[in-house]
Amino acid sequence: MTAPDVAGSPPALPGLDPAWSRTLAVADATGTKHTWHVLDNGVTDPVGTLLCVHGNPTWSYLWRRLLAAAPPGWRVVAPDQLGMGWSDRLTAPRTLRQRVADLGDLTAALGVTGPVVTVGHDWGGVISLGWALEHRADLRGVVLCNTAVAMPEGDWGPVLIRAADAPGVRAAVTVGTPVFVRATTALSRPALPAEVRRAFASPYRSRARRRSVGDFVADIPFSPGHPSRAAQEAIAEGIRDLDVPALLLWGPRDPVFGERYLTDLRGRLPQARLHRYEGASHLLPEDAPQYAQAVAQWVTDLDAGRAAPDRPAGPADGAARRLWSALEERAGDDAAAVVEVGGTTVTWSGLAARVRHLAAGLAAAGVRPGHRVALLVEPSADLTASVYAVWRAGGVVVVADKGLGFAGMRRALRSAGVDAVIGSGKGLAAARLMGLPGLRIAAGRGSRGAAHTLDDLEVLGRSAPVPAEVPVDDDCAVLFTSGATGPAKGVVYTHRQAAAQTALVRSAYALTPADRLVAAFAPFAILGPALGIGSAVPDVDVTAPGSLTAAALADAAAAVGATVVFASPAALRRVAATAADLSAAQRQALAGVRLLMSAGAPVPASLLRSLRDVLPAADAHTPYGMTEVLPVADVSLAGIEAAGEGEGVCVGTPLPGVSVRVSPLSADGRADGPLTDSPGTTGEVCVRAAHVKDRYDALWALERATSRDAGWHRTGDVGHLDAEGRLWIEGRLQHVVTTAVGPVTPVGIEQRVERLEGVTSAAAVGVGPAGAQVVVVVVVPSHDRRRGRRPRLAGPDLTDAVRSAAGVDVAAVLTVPALPVDIRHQSKVDRAEVARRAARVLAGARS
Amino acid sequence: MRVLVTGASGMLGRATARALLERGDDVTVLQRRPSGLPCREVLGDVADRDAVDRAVRGQDAVLHLAAKVDVTGPWAEYVTANVEGTRSVVGACRAAGVGRLVYVSSPSVAHAGTALTGVGAGPADPDGARGRYSRSKAIAEREVLAADGPALAVLAVRPHLVWGPGDTQLVARIVERARTGRLPVIGSGAALIDTTYVDNAAAALVAAVDACGSVHGEALVVSNGEPRPVAEVIGRLCRAAGVPAPRRRVPFRAAWAAGAAVEGIWAVTGRRDVPPITRFLAEQLATAHWFDQRRTRTALGWEPHVTLEEGFARLASSYSAASDSAA
Repeated sequence: MTAPDVAGSPPALPGLDPAWSRTLAVADATGTKHTWHVLDNGVTDPVGTLLCVHGNPTWSYLWRRLLAAAPPGWRVVAPDQLGMGWSDRLTAPRTLRQRVADLGDLTAALGVTGPVVTVGHDWGGVISLGWALEHRADLRGVVLCNTAVAMPEGDWGPVLIRAADAPGVRAAVTVGTPVFVRATTALSRPALPAEVRRAFASPYRSRARRRSVGDFVADIPFSPGHPSRAAQEAIAEGIRDLDVPALLLWGPRDPVFGERYLTDLRGRLPQARLHRYEGASHLLPEDAPQYAQAVAQWVTDLDAGRAAPDRPAGPADGAARRLWSALEERAGDDAAAVVEVGGTTVTWSGLAARVRHLAAGLAAAGVRPGHRVALLVEPSADLTASVYAVWRAGGVVVVADKGLGFAGMRRALRSAGVDAVIGSGKGLAAARLMGLPGLRIAAGRGSRGAAHTLDDLEVLGRSAPVPAEVPVDDDCAVLFTSGATGPAKGVVYTHRQAAAQTALVRSAYALTPADRLVAAFAPFAILGPALGIGSAVPDVDVTAPGSLTAAALADAAAAVGATVVFASPAALRRVAATAADLSAAQRQALAGVRLLMSAGAPVPASLLRSLRDVLPAADAHTPYGMTEVLPVADVSLAGIEAAGEGEGVCVGTPLPGVSVRVSPLSADGRADGPLTDSPGTTGEVCVRAAHVKDRYDALWALERATSRDAGWHRTGDVGHLDAEGRLWIEGRLQHVVTTAVGPVTPVGIEQRVERLEGVTSAAAVGVGPAGAQVVVVVVVPSHDRRRGRRPRLAGPDLTDAVRSAAGVDVAAVLTVPALPVDIRHQSKVDRAEVARRAARVLAGARS
Repeated sequence: MRVLVTGASGMLGRATARALLERGDDVTVLQRRPSGLPCREVLGDVADRDAVDRAVRGQDAVLHLAAKVDVTGPWAEYVTANVEGTRSVVGACRAAGVGRLVYVSSPSVAHAGTALTGVGAGPADPDGARGRYSRSKAIAEREVLAADGPALAVLAVRPHLVWGPGDTQLVARIVERARTGRLPVIGSGAALIDTTYVDNAAAALVAAVDACGSVHGEALVVSNGEPRPVAEVIGRLCRAAGVPAPRRRVPFRAAWAAGAAVEGIWAVTGRRDVPPITRFLAEQLATAHWFDQRRTRTALGWEPHVTLEEGFARLASSYSAASDSAA
């Protein structure tokens, strides 16, 4: 073991290149020399330097992945602070001011010159920013991970650190025992490997070597009279006028630095880009190892001069027409705008007036342009009015799909940083449980804790000015929908993009004010007024699409005189199954429908055909798209039939103004080929259109990756274009099977297997390591009454039939009673789960 | 090219020697019993250095297959045949200045009983390998790869579960047990396993003789690259042989325990016949072992030409020809 007070180099540790370690002696302001241990990739004549500052009680080991991922030409310097890691031990506490000065002395000795990007974690964040403020001429950017520069007003400091600082506790916890050192690495989510935890603890094995760990905690200025308070406040205020780019990388599960510290930082660095790594905790560089690639990408972009992507202009009236334009145009119209079956009917004139008043009321209640307003209201006339009022007041609606479940909604809405919540009684109760911040507005009767009700605001708004329209490039919505995998992503739209979307839908489906819509699909229920058509919501639980009967659909159609129906495939399946219960009058109401739209999951042609009996006059269409861009393409039942069978699902030709290309797949299943529209080439589907989302919310790295071809959005779907320009979807990028002979997409195989006699459904998945996977087909036989979901081997006949139908080498055919599907649409097969279960069975016994 | 093939009496050795002869190589074979192959033949044991020297002298390349492949018998016999036999081949190559040595190994040298799913050829591990055969092959592979150098290029090739018409080991034993109803499905039968049709394995060994030199000092697993559930492989072998596929199931734990008991009995009583079950066999029949073939195919410039389906068809016609001629 190294002597307590002498600097040295770390032993061999996982992920650490010994060549990075160096030591050097630097004199401080008093002339005392201290020997530092520094990780330095040693790039000479660098294009820039990343100066990485660790917090307490870690050391430069925290930054090893950033050294390994350094962008070309960049020097990465990560010192161990004095008294910490493998640097010299100190005999006395060191103040924040001294530590900032020390870092400046060190960078001078290391010959670090601009441009410099500082990177800080935990208390290293403050120190790195102190350095940044003193070296503005050299500063090119700042990166911060789970840190704080100030105690937000009324805050007493991070609870855990305060506990560690309590009298009598600090010495015992931080110095006397390795508890603090070990506890820090225990915060990691997912848990860190034991050897990494040992690596973090390695410089802190003795009481003497831990001295500065305790001093560091003592130096946090919890109280106003603290010797470091002035320095901390100077930094906290100083960064407000830093004009360099900033990147915040955050682990939301941090029990030390919670949401309020992130909010505080964003207030001080409004230019900062943010990526929240859902699931990550305090030790962000450990919990989200991909942070290193994100930092490398971000610094590379700093000087690459990435121009704002040029987007297609969109419809000519895109900027002129607003989401509320139709409402205002029909402000004198007494026809029904929104019909709640078995409830209220709201006329165009009534809705227009209510939206105006509510908007004024919201403004009077403090909702400002750019404020984010979460809507926790069931689809209803209240919801529709609230959405348009928030838009009219300049606010941004935040909508989280109920299909996410409570935990998913909570994570989504907390990440969105809402300023206000409009909720029903249930919605506001949920908001309370979720711990959402901001103003509370009750839809319906007043609710505990609500500052206003919608009715109050409407009254208030009658005597208040209607707010000015916000600029068309301001945000209008953050949408969270249930993804197939991982936490829901927030998708941000501007008014221009949303207006382009409604304009496209209107023209693509020839919608006129004479049309009326029944929307059995929650997101579409609120679009009627923007489309300028009346709408009705059927009397069903919209989050349970399987509960819509043919009769309920007919009643909604009758209530509004429907010409257009929008429903998910799961809902339509139930409609087809209950068609026999329709009365003559109900059939007549449905006979007036000219257009049937179904989306949200693949819509089989057989389902559309089966609806001809229920909706005899309806032209069946299935738009293709996703939360990030909808619609992309459209195909009618006739179009599906004309296309015939092919590799994947034919989703039709791109709509006017929409361009589609694919990024071809490499052998290992990555979509890294240059965009092409050459027929028959399979790759990731990329879309360019005026109505593509503006960006992902608080997911900078994802946004960067999915928009890496400027102006194009990468959808995550895999498919190809055919010679007629039709798009065929072959699956999701993460479900591509990477076999030794190249990538294999699942949907075509599944379709061929599902055409076999005795097969209800099938999933084609990959088993084995990437690049050497084999294809496994998991089949739901038509007659299988056994219980349990564990897959088992199919019999020889079924196996042979599947093999000859599949068209690729199939290693194994398994059967299950049912395939796991997503909760929301009840029709998207969770292939990742299928693959996990198949892999477990095919690995055989555990010995 | 002058090539020595040791162990040409077995199915794979014979097929490989034939493949070399067919393409016009000057082939010598070395084994204990006459092979019947139309080529120069040296009869002898690989552990007998004089016989090996005689066979190796004047060759351009040596393809060393001879080994004791068994599940019983004392450890010393495995050491003599597999470890010392290989040492004498290496020594003879060095003495005679032969430039290329292809050592035919087994994927079991790197199989510690856990599932292997799509892995490459891991390092031979005598301590982890299951059973005496695997352990002795692992020791020999380590030694032979350590002998790789500028004068002698060494390549280890590990064909996985080789089968085909005329197979007296794998296929014959499975079929015989299935015929007499002594072959249960162990575990779920779903474990994916790789196998190799004999002609593909022979072609891979021929390719290895050619590649040895530009590729050397490494081990390569060879298989058909078509992993299948073990119950399906056994079922298709049985079907090809015209016997019913096994239906009776035995839980893996029970089979493993039975294997342990049987091994104990065989060890105590010194029985030399093939035991009905061993722990190694239970593991082999119940855990996945299939391999990433990309490195092998690039290194050898080889790929299998007989698919499993074609292989099963050829096996079926060999069985029906045999039963026709017997009738």
